Amino acid sequence: MTQSVVVQVGQCGNQVGCRFWDLALREHAHVNKKGIYDEALSSFFRNVDSRKSSGRACDVGGRIQHLKARAVLVDMEEGVVNEILQGPLREVFDSTQLLTDVSGSGNNWAVGHMTYGSAYRDQIVDKLRKTAEQCDCLQCFFLIHSMGGGTGSGLGTRVLSLLEEEFPEVCRIVTSVYPSVEDDVVTSPYNSVLAMRELTEHADCVLPVENQSLVDIMNKIRHMSHCGKAGSMINRDSAIISGQGGLNRAEKPFDAMNNIVANLLLNITSSARFEGSLNMDLNEIAMNLVPFPRLHYLVPSLTPLYTLSDFSIPTRRLDQMFSDAFSKDHQLIQADPKHSLYLACALMVRGHVQVSDLRRNIERLKPSLPFVSWNQEGWKTGLCSVPPVGHSHSLLALANNTCVKPTFMELKKRFTRLYRKKAHLHHYLHVDGMEKSCFTEALASLTSLIEEYHDLDCTKGKLSPDVPRLTITR
Amino acid sequence: MSVVTVQLGQCGNQVGHELFDAVCGDAQDGQRKTYSSVSCERFFRPNTRGDPVARAVLIDMETKVINQSITKAAKSGRWRYGDKSSFSQKQGSGNNWANGYCVHGPRHREVVEDLVRREVEHCDRLAGLVAVMSVAGGTGSGVGTYVTQCLRDVFPKSFILNHLTWPYGTGEVIVQNYNSVLTLAHLYQLSDGILVHENDTVHRICSHLLKIKNISFSDINRVIAHQLGSVLQPALTADSHGLYSRNPLGELVSALACHPEYKLLSVSTIPQMPTSSIAYSTFSWPGLLKHLRQMLISNSKMEEGIDWQVRPPTGSEPTRGLTGSNFNTSLANLLILRGKDVYSAETGGFVDPALYTSWLLPEEAFTLWKSPVPFNRYEKAATLVSNSQALLRPLDDMVRKAWNMFASRAYLHQYAKFGISEEDFLVSFTCLEQVISSYRELS
Ligand SMILES: Nc1nc2c(ncn2[C@@H]2O[C@H](COP(=O)(O)OP(=O)(O)OP(=O)(O)O)[C@@H](O)[C@H]2O)c(=O)[nH]1
Ligand SMILES: Nc1nc2c(ncn2[C@@H]2O[C@H](COP(=O)(O)OP(=O)(O)OP(=O)(O)O)[C@@H](O)[C@H]2O)c(=O)[nH]1
Ligand SMILES: [Mg+2]
Ligand SMILES: [Mg+2]
Repeated sequence: MTQSVVVQVGQCGNQVGCRFWDLALREHAHVNKKGIYDEALSSFFRNVDSRKSSGRACDVGGRIQHLKARAVLVDMEEGVVNEILQGPLREVFDSTQLLTDVSGSGNNWAVGHMTYGSAYRDQIVDKLRKTAEQCDCLQCFFLIHSMGGGTGSGLGTRVLSLLEEEFPEVCRIVTSVYPSVEDDVVTSPYNSVLAMRELTEHADCVLPVENQSLVDIMNKIRHMSHCGKAGSMINRDSAIISGQGGLNRAEKPFDAMNNIVANLLLNITSSARFEGSLNMDLNEIAMNLVPFPRLHYLVPSLTPLYTLSDFSIPTRRLDQMFSDAFSKDHQLIQADPKHSLYLACALMVRGHVQVSDLRRNIERLKPSLPFVSWNQEGWKTGLCSVPPVGHSHSLLALANNTCVKPTFMELKKRFTRLYRKKAHLHHYLHVDGMEKSCFTEALASLTSLIEEYHDLDCTKGKLSPDVPRLTITR
Repeated sequence: MSVVTVQLGQCGNQVGHELFDAVCGDAQDGQRKTYSSVSCERFFRPNTRGDPVARAVLIDMETKVINQSITKAAKSGRWRYGDKSSFSQKQGSGNNWANGYCVHGPRHREVVEDLVRREVEHCDRLAGLVAVMSVAGGTGSGVGTYVTQCLRDVFPKSFILNHLTWPYGTGEVIVQNYNSVLTLAHLYQLSDGILVHENDTVHRICSHLLKIKNISFSDINRVIAHQLGSVLQPALTADSHGLYSRNPLGELVSALACHPEYKLLSVSTIPQMPTSSIAYSTFSWPGLLKHLRQMLISNSKMEEGIDWQVRPPTGSEPTRGLTGSNFNTSLANLLILRGKDVYSAETGGFVDPALYTSWLLPEEAFTLWKSPVPFNRYEKAATLVSNSQALLRPLDDMVRKAWNMFASRAYLHQYAKFGISEEDFLVSFTCLEQVISSYRELS
C-alpha cells in the first residue's frame, strides 16, 4: 500500500485541509470497527505510540494508538493554524509539521512566492523530507490552496516547484480554489494568473474548484432539506456539505463548502485506500486523463449530493447519479462539460456498483457527450467497494474538458482590466525578485493555454476520418 | 505432466484464481479417479498436509488483489496458493506499459524468475507455462511482457502460452489500445500461442446466456475459467492411445499455432446456461456440433443470435464475395468434446476443406480431443479453440484506435518518461499491421 502526503498552504488550504482530516477520520472510524491500524489508514495516517518518548511510528496490524496526519501545514499568519491547534483536531498534528509566520502575505502573490518562498525554502524542504521519510512508499502529494490570496497562491505554488525538484517521481495533485467573480480580494486576478502559470508548468493534475459552485451546491442541498416530504427526507450525514459524525462541533462559515472539497479528496483517494474489483491507483489518474502535459486541469463533479433516508428505487437512483455527474449544476467549477469537448473522463465509483452498471450508464450517456476524435472511448473507470459514510454508493467524475476555458478567459479578462490600469502593480514590483516580466509571462502562459483548449474545441463536431494506416509490402 | 501458471496484474490474478477454482471443482466432482489425478497433477501439488497447492506464481505491483486471491483460495477449503509463491510491490504500474516493461519488470527480474524456477522444480515433468494477464493495464501487460521474455530465456524449450484478456471496447483504461499494441507486438515474437478472451464477448455471454443481471468481474472470470478449463483439463488425443494426453500445451500449440505469423487463438464453448437450468436440459451431439460449427464460420461466440445465412464458399459458387464477406476462414481448429457418448459424436463437419485456408489440408488443420468425463456439471460440452480470422476485427479496431491517437501524439509523453519512444511505437504498429495483413489473406 502506498502513502500520500497533504500539503496545505494559506488560510483556505488549511481550512479545507482540516475538513479533509476530520472527514477522513470519520470515514475510517466507520469502516474500521476493530481499532486496528490497517493499510487503509496508513495511507494518510501514521500510528504513533505516545508512551515512547521518541514518538516512533507503529507498524500496520497493531492497535491504533495515536493517529498523526501525513501533512505539512503552512501559513504565513498564525490565526488559522492556531485555531486548529486549539480545536478537536489538535492531536492529529505535531508542531514539527507546522510552519507559520505572523504577518501573512497581504493578498500578494509576490510576497508569498518570492519573499516567504526564499526565506522559508529550507525549512519547508526539511519538513517535506521528514514527512516523506515516514512513508515507506510515497505515491502522491496533495497540495491544497486558494488562488486568490497571497500565501496559498504565491507560497503554495512555490512549494509545488520545490516538490518537483525534491521528489520528481512523486505525483503532484493540486486542489486549487478559484475566486468567485465577486471575490473580496481585489488583487485576486493577479494572484490567480501568476499562480496559474506555476500550476500549468509544475503540477501533474489540477482539480479546480470555484467558490461560487460550492455556494450553489450548498444552497441546493439546504433548499432540499427544508422542503422534504416524508420518505424524501435527506439522510443528514450523507449530504456532502455535512460534517456530522466528525470531531468538529462548531461550524465555521466556510465549513459546509469545504466539506464538499474534502469529499472530493476522499473519493479521489478511496480506490487507493480500500479494495475494489477495479482498482484505480493515484498514478493512473494522470496517465489516463492527461494526454498533453500542460492540459492537466480536471473538472470534478460529485454525486449524489445527498442520499434520501428512503433507500428504495435503487436502479433508477443509481442511473440518476451517473446522469447528474454530467449536469452543469454538479460541477465544482462554473462550467458545462456536456456542451464542450471531452479529452478524457474518469468515473470513480464507490459502493455496491458492478461493472454492468458502469457499462450500461456509459453506453447510455455516451451519445450525448462530445469526445475528441482520437479519444472517442476516453473513459477511465474505477470501482471501490467501500461507499462514503451515509451513502450506499457515490460517483466522482473527473473531466478533462475544454469547459475550463471560460473560467480561464474570465480570469484573464479580470487580470487585464487591472493590469491595463497598472492597478496595485507597485505592491508587487516592490518585492525582491519580482519583475514585470513575471506578469507578462504569466499572461502569455495563460493565453496559450486558452488557445490550446480553443484549438481542440474547434475540432468538435467535425468528422475526422481515420488516419491512413501503415501499409505492409510483401 | 504439469503446467505452471504465472498470474500477472489485477486481471491475471483474478482470472487465474477462478481458473484454479474451476479445475479443482471439476476434478473433485464425481468419481473419475484417473481424470482427477491427472488433472490434479497438472494444476496442483500437495503440500506437507496433503492439501492441493496451485502450481502458480502470483505477481502484481500492488498488494491488494494478490492478498484477496490468496485469501479467497484458502477460504474455499479445497485448494490454496503456495505460501511463498507470490510477489507484490506497493505501487501499481499506473496503466503504463512502459512503466511495467522498462522499470518494474527489469527491477524485479531475479525474484520473479526465482519464484517460477522454484515452482517448476516442484513439477516432476513440466508441460509448459501459462502466463495469465490483461493487455490494457500496466502490470499485466508491461510486466507480463517482460516476464514472458525472461521465461523464454530461462526455459527455452518449454511451451509458453499467454492467456490474454482484451479490454472492453469502451474501456476502463484510456490508453488501453496503446498498451495492447505494445503487448501484442512484443508477445508475438515470444509466445507459442496467444489465447484471447474479449471482455465484451464474455460480458454478453453472462447477460444473454447465463442471464446474470448485475454482472461482476467474478461472473466474467468464471466464464473465462470454464472455457479455459475445458481446454486444459485432461483429454484423450489421437496419439494418446486411450490415455489422457500428457502435454496439453504442447499438443495445443502443435495443433493450432502452426505458423509464426498466426498465433491468435479464440475459444468458444457450447452449451452455456444458468446453473439452475443445466439439470433440466438435454443435449444431443449433432445439435451441439451443428451450432458450434455455425458459430465458427459466422464468427459468433455465442449460440444465441447465430447468423445461419453465412455459408462456406463452395468452389462452384461464383458469388464467393456474397457469402464470403462474413465468413470466418480458419487456419486450424481444435475441437474438445467432453461428457456422455463422446465416442458417438460425428465431427465430420469440421473437416470440411471449405472451412480452411487453401494452403493446408483439412486433416492437418483439424484436431479432435475427447473425454468421457462430463465437464463442470455439463452432461455434454464442446469447446472449440480456433486459429482463424475471429480476432481480426477486434485487433484491427485496436490498432486503428491506437493509430488515430498516435497521430495526434496524445499521451506519448507518458511513455517517453519511461523510455518508450515514438520509434518503439512504430515498430509495434508495423508488426501488428503485418499480423493483420496475414490474417486477412487467409480468405
Ligand atoms: N472554499 C474556501 N475558500 C476560502 C477559504 N478561505 C479563504 N477562501 C478564499 O480564498 C481566497 C483568499 O485566500 P486565502 O486562502 O484567505 O489567503 P492566504 O492564502 O491565507 O493568503 P494571505 O492571507 O494573503 O496571506 C478568497 O478567494 C477566499 O474566498 C475557505 O476556507 N474555503
Ligand atoms: N475479465 C476480467 N478483466 C479484468 C479483470 N480485472 C481487470 N480486468 C481488465 O483488465 C484491464 C485493466 O488491467 P488490470 O489487469 O486491472 O491492470 P494491471 O495489470 O493490474 O496493471 P496496473 O494496475 O496498471 O498496474 C481492463 O481491460 C479490465 O477490463 C478481471 O477480473 N476480469
Ligand atoms: Mg491568510
Ligand atoms: Mg493493478
